[in-house]
Amino acid sequence: MSENSLAITKFSDLANPTRFLALVARVLPWMAGTTALLFALGLYLGFAAEGDYQQGETVRIMYVHVPAAWLSMMCYTVMAASAIGTLVWRHPLADVSAKTAAPLGAGFTLIALITGSLWGKPMWGTWWVWDARLTSVFVLFLMYLGLIALNRAMDDPSKAARVSAVLILVGFVNIPIIKFSVEWWNTLHQPASVVRLDGPTIDPEFLRPLLVMAVAFTVLFFTLHLAAMRNEILRRRVSAQRRLAARMAAREA
Amino acid sequence: MIALFLRDLKLSIRAGGGALIGVLFFMTIVAVIPFGVGPDLNLLARIGPAIVWIGALLSALLGLDRLFQAEREDGSLDLLLMHETPLVLTVAVKCLAHWVGTSLPLVIASPLLGLFMNMDETAIAAVMLTLIVGSPAITFIGAVGAAVAVVLPRGGLLVSILVLPLTVPVLIFGVSATYAAVQEPAPFMPPFLILVAITLFFAALGPAAAALALRNSAE
Repeated sequence: MSENSLAITKFSDLANPTRFLALVARVLPWMAGTTALLFALGLYLGFAAEGDYQQGETVRIMYVHVPAAWLSMMCYTVMAASAIGTLVWRHPLADVSAKTAAPLGAGFTLIALITGSLWGKPMWGTWWVWDARLTSVFVLFLMYLGLIALNRAMDDPSKAARVSAVLILVGFVNIPIIKFSVEWWNTLHQPASVVRLDGPTIDPEFLRPLLVMAVAFTVLFFTLHLAAMRNEILRRRVSAQRRLAARMAAREA
Repeated sequence: MIALFLRDLKLSIRAGGGALIGVLFFMTIVAVIPFGVGPDLNLLARIGPAIVWIGALLSALLGLDRLFQAEREDGSLDLLLMHETPLVLTVAVKCLAHWVGTSLPLVIASPLLGLFMNMDETAIAAVMLTLIVGSPAITFIGAVGAAVAVVLPRGGLLVSILVLPLTVPVLIFGVSATYAAVQEPAPFMPPFLILVAITLFFAALGPAAAALALRNSAE
């Protein structure tokens, strides 16, 4: 296959797995390198920054906790976009994307929950409270696990993808409802302090490492996502080859 | 459509006694709670509305996996899919029949359980009212889960796992409306109206999503 045929000009060209794999092979090392650099920079800034006058050293947990929590939500958005791609355009890569994003999202959500719990113990004096933010993130975690279970339960990957796409979309409409319902219900977690209309209320001293870590986490997510998509494509190829081999063997016997 | 409604209703009441089992399960859950938390009547009166709501939620989920499963097994699901009336409408009618067959008996049984829980008359009336308004939302959300799980060999448990997180808002507003009716300062109408809004929202979204899932799983 010549170099020209691998050129990607349209989004739909990505539907060809070979092209996608070639693109991933070229992009992935760079993304992994960027991730490592950004993490090194972010962690350095995070540890070089002063501790908070009230929270002391524990404020550094924020540099892991907040980006992970952002990513847990962005990951669901990526899954919802892929679900639309599956249902509307029948884009073959959208199946793969939605399926492989679910474990990543569950992972980031788990990191956010665990670090939040570790942070809550010294600050609030308890590992867990049934507060709005914590509860809605926990529900999000359960939804990720349910989607993974649903995907595992079906043999046919394309049917599993289409059926779980419906559920992803229903869940996507429901996430804001869950979020606001628990927000009105009970609350202890602080409100948003970085993204707001009148500018961030957080000190620039803390904001700089936080933003670097947020970008690092985002690049990390896309690196892992691309790698997972590549693995899923290869896995499907292997299983297709195995099925073919089994059929050939049956014919010979 | 009316014929389909009556058919589903008759099936749920007669064959296998799905409705009766739901009510029995509801009563069992509520009866088990005092064994766990102790027979303190004041405590039971305080947590009573929440327990009745949770019991109703779980028993409503109990029968949901049969919503499309039986039709798939005897092949009439394919007939429904090929029928010329819109599938969304068919699904909505099936949901309504399921609600009348299984959730309405729960609502009717709830005052009795409220008495067990030592709740006063206002609380019992409020629980009934919120259950009548809120339980259709559970059925409509559950229809999506049932449609998704229709191709699975053992979908029953998975439906509950998938559907329960989505029903959190219904539970929150149902219970908070009930408490608002009992305790003085909190107004009753805002949470109640939000509950109505959630039900209407899922009445529109649920059948559409369920129809989409059914079409996709049938191919």
